[in-house]
Amino acid sequence: MDMEMKVNKSKLSKTTKNDLITYGMVILTYIVVQLLVSTGHVSSLIQGLLVPFCTYVIVAVALNLTVGILGELSLGHAGFMCVGAFASAVFSLAFKDAMPSGLRFFLALLIGAAAAALVGFLVGIPVLRLRGDYLAIVTLAFGEIIKNIINVLYLGVDSRGVHFSMKDAISLHLEEDGVMLIKGAQGVTGTPNDSNFTVGVILILVTLFIVLNFIHSRTGRAVMSIRDNRIAAESVGINVTKYKLIAFTVSASLAGVAGVLYAHNLSTLNALPKNFGYNMSIMILVFVVLGGIGNIRGSIIAAVLLTLLPEVLRGLSDYRMLIYSIVLIAMMIFNWSPNAVFLRKRLRQKFLPGRKVEKEEA
Amino acid sequence: MKKRMLSLVLAGVMTAAMLTGCGGSAGTDAGSTDGAAQESSDAAGETEAAEETPGEEAASDETAAEDGAAGDSAGGTFKIGGIGPLTGSYAVYGIAAMNGSQIAVDEINAAGGINGMTVELNFQDDETDSEKSVNAYNALKDWGVQVIDGCVTSACSIAVSAKTVEDNIFQLTPSGSAVECVANPNAFRVCFSDPNQGVASAQYIGEHGLATKVAVIYDSSDVYSSGIYEKFVAEAESQPFEIVTAGAFTADNKTDFSVQLQQAKDAGADLVFLPIYYNEAAMILKQASDMSFDVKFFGCDGLDGILGVKNFDASLTEGVMLLTPFAADATDDLTVKFVTTYKEKFNETPNQFAADGYDAIYTIKAAAEKAGITADMSNEEICAAMQTAMTEITVDGLTGEGITWDASGEPTKEPKAVVIKDGVYTAM
Repeated sequence: MDMEMKVNKSKLSKTTKNDLITYGMVILTYIVVQLLVSTGHVSSLIQGLLVPFCTYVIVAVALNLTVGILGELSLGHAGFMCVGAFASAVFSLAFKDAMPSGLRFFLALLIGAAAAALVGFLVGIPVLRLRGDYLAIVTLAFGEIIKNIINVLYLGVDSRGVHFSMKDAISLHLEEDGVMLIKGAQGVTGTPNDSNFTVGVILILVTLFIVLNFIHSRTGRAVMSIRDNRIAAESVGINVTKYKLIAFTVSASLAGVAGVLYAHNLSTLNALPKNFGYNMSIMILVFVVLGGIGNIRGSIIAAVLLTLLPEVLRGLSDYRMLIYSIVLIAMMIFNWSPNAVFLRKRLRQKFLPGRKVEKEEA
Repeated sequence: MKKRMLSLVLAGVMTAAMLTGCGGSAGTDAGSTDGAAQESSDAAGETEAAEETPGEEAASDETAAEDGAAGDSAGGTFKIGGIGPLTGSYAVYGIAAMNGSQIAVDEINAAGGINGMTVELNFQDDETDSEKSVNAYNALKDWGVQVIDGCVTSACSIAVSAKTVEDNIFQLTPSGSAVECVANPNAFRVCFSDPNQGVASAQYIGEHGLATKVAVIYDSSDVYSSGIYEKFVAEAESQPFEIVTAGAFTADNKTDFSVQLQQAKDAGADLVFLPIYYNEAAMILKQASDMSFDVKFFGCDGLDGILGVKNFDASLTEGVMLLTPFAADATDDLTVKFVTTYKEKFNETPNQFAADGYDAIYTIKAAAEKAGITADMSNEEICAAMQTAMTEITVDGLTGEGITWDASGEPTKEPKAVVIKDGVYTAM
């Protein structure tokens, strides 16, 4: 039995092992955190942060698919999150009392993912045919457009059906018993609180399963070949636009899932520059870049650390944001500066003799 | 093997990060005060940082208050947690509310506290983000908060009130004006609600015959502004004036108002209603004067603070009318005392948010005394007792005399209209 196990283990390919480590890391963290929570060792602050951690991990992994695997720059992932968040929040609010919360949240997830995927697909059709940095430009604009549209969108439902307006709430002419779903700048209020840490971790695992399997699949290899050399990929008959669209749509829909998790964690949902604007998109990109472009595990760790950091620094009051940015710069230098990389290698050789220099994580 | 080692290390780092967070929480209180005190003294040498004195002073004040609390806690301590934006584009409001609250806390402590308890105020930053606001609330919970004085902005207030109602913690928002802020039974507010202001403005303009043709310029991406606008339009139908144009702008596009002003001018408006914040209003006044559009301006409490805008010719505000619960130039004893203390401590003229923050603390005091709150009561008991007491108290504050509350959480007080004459607010 033992022998067999060993044989099996050695048969596991390197990538499979690597993936299992990533899953294992998430599951291990989940178990440790759950143990700590049940024994009362976790502060309310951290408990409140658990769902945001999951949200940002998912969206960082999703963006890594676009940036690291597809090799295109997207500056609009907060926009896809926004689409997923609002689509699912409207659904959940409309069917608040109509179905059990588990089923409702499951459907909300599907709706959020589908809405974001559709929008990602539509954005991708024209842009992904082009060469160059057009995706970055268009997604940047898209994120801002979505935010502004939602800020002027009024949506209500009453016995006569669904009404919407781009002007103000009065022009909806809702009946007395009508329910406002989206109130322009006020956004959606009263979304049921369906997100929790367990659901978040399950979604992270599902996201990882989709992304990691996508990377190692035939489609994933085609996508990476386009990233590495488009002309060579075309020459062997790979349909460049199709594969780019597949990868980008998957990435957008996963960002939508993160949006669903976000929307169901708070009772209000507004499209502010703070949460769904350009800055958020850049923040997600920072998670990906600091974690290592193309490195899924790195994205997870970077997303958690960078979400945690400003909250842990609360004790420093006014200097919080200053220190946060200094830490960002320091991390960037430590991770990417050639000198720092060289120093790290030397240190590793010094303290861990007999080991070869670690290769770059894939 | 190497990979496994690495992964273990990484997993360890991740867990450690979580643990650090947990460990930190226990020491947050002490850490924050020490750190803040040390840094504010460090920063004294740095000229740039010295600009932000209000925040720092508040931080050191907090230290002083907390040190004091540790010294004479005969009746225990009463922990009030504030939440508001201390960084970002709305920081002006959060800092003002924090400073106002701090003055009230210092006064109360100097006069013997609430029911013999020393009051502690811990004000946390939410960056005007609902998610960060809930984080701030959770941080306060770890600190052992008993009553929430917040949040300063509406959306954050709604998000936090969903959590406070679960945890049974009494919440009083100084300036969260959206209707939903006080939807939960444990939530009350000090300021007027948005609809309230919209209706009151329309009635005021109508009753005083200020105009026949009114133009509105509002921020459609802002809850406060669009909330007032909607009710203003609804109420205007029954008033003897008509709304000729309504020009909207958004947070992303708030520097050029020439289009909206031209519309208003072409429509022959004789009054422009500005249910917006003062920064944009200052730009509107400037641009209206540049295009020689001579018209009356009428605003709500968001316009309060317009006299303090930097690089702005305050003489342009001459004749601007606004509906505000607080005027820093009022001559009653309470206001004079508050304004003097505020100027002394923070080198600024307090705005309405500071007054709301001040009143919020005194309202909490009044309710706590009425309810007979003691330090050893649980949060559930405090919340239930405060909820009942709120409907029984009457508060004479900076933002109104004889303010009362009903169970819905809405305050009842008279709106005051002021006009700017010779650079100061004058009652109308």
